Amino acid sequence: MARAALPGRLTWRAATLTEERWESATARTLVLDVPDWPGHLPGQHIDVRLTAPDGYRAQRSYSIASAWESKTVELTVQRVDDGEVSPYLTDTLQIGEQLELRGPVGGWFVWRETQQTPVLLVAGGSGVVPLMAMIRARGAAKNKTPFRLIYSVRTPGDACYADELARRVRDDPGLDVKFVYTRKTPDGWPAPPKRIDVATINSYGWPAEFTPDCYVCGPTTFVEAAADILVALGHDPKRIRTERFGGTS
Amino acid sequence: MNPLDGNAMAGDLRELFTVDVTAARYTCAGCGHADAVATLILWGQEMGQVGRCPHCTDVVVRVVQAPDRVFLDLRGSVRLELPLAGS
Repeated sequence: MARAALPGRLTWRAATLTEERWESATARTLVLDVPDWPGHLPGQHIDVRLTAPDGYRAQRSYSIASAWESKTVELTVQRVDDGEVSPYLTDTLQIGEQLELRGPVGGWFVWRETQQTPVLLVAGGSGVVPLMAMIRARGAAKNKTPFRLIYSVRTPGDACYADELARRVRDDPGLDVKFVYTRKTPDGWPAPPKRIDVATINSYGWPAEFTPDCYVCGPTTFVEAAADILVALGHDPKRIRTERFGGTS
Repeated sequence: MNPLDGNAMAGDLRELFTVDVTAARYTCAGCGHADAVATLILWGQEMGQVGRCPHCTDVVVRVVQAPDRVFLDLRGSVRLELPLAGS
């Protein structure tokens, strides 16, 4: 795994948008060409900086969605309607255009293939992005670590990567995915909409005795609720890693 | 405004240090709680950020960006414990 960041300080660099995909009506995946990219670990993020003609700058962090095994740098950006940066990334930036970024950064909310214990991923809305990078890295490496993803979305149409997740559940041994719908369920779903609760994590997570590594990513209230449930179920707080973002789910 | 967490400080700190400081373990000067810098509750914007202890809410770290320099105030942290490369 000779893909640690190079020594030295980090600087901003130019990236070019080469491909795009819509993951839902409001989430767009940007495939970026970044010359001399040093590689990244699943869970790491980059900072994007936009500069207006008058010099005003806005900076945001976005999780990397792709595993470096695919040799691409992909972001999935959820549009926040009153946001300063995300509407530009989802709706304005065109193929062939450039943006400024620095990264990869963050060495805490990452999964390493050398970890030996089962993994529980808990995603709220676009919090799924860094967790998807972990799932993709695991799949690319044909790693056998048992993974479970509990993915909370408002409606079926809000789920990112739905087709790929279904394919990976079939093709990547040891991966399970459980969707939770908070506002509207698919037709024929056996339960009414609800938020993630103790019963959800108890039923679809791992028992605390398995000492799983837990990764929780989503809006602040979601992250705090899920982390509290994990602690209440007996999970070691040191094995619960959280990442929260500012937008609403 | 919703707070972020210490994960979002990684870029700014990585411009100053050659190691990832968000994976470092801080010890809060206020309550003695120790955890990863990534778990701090982060308030502020790019020009100035305040990281608070999630346990006692005391300020552990401040980062202020001026046009030509950065001010890093760590008086709320008794110590930082940094993993060395390869560990």
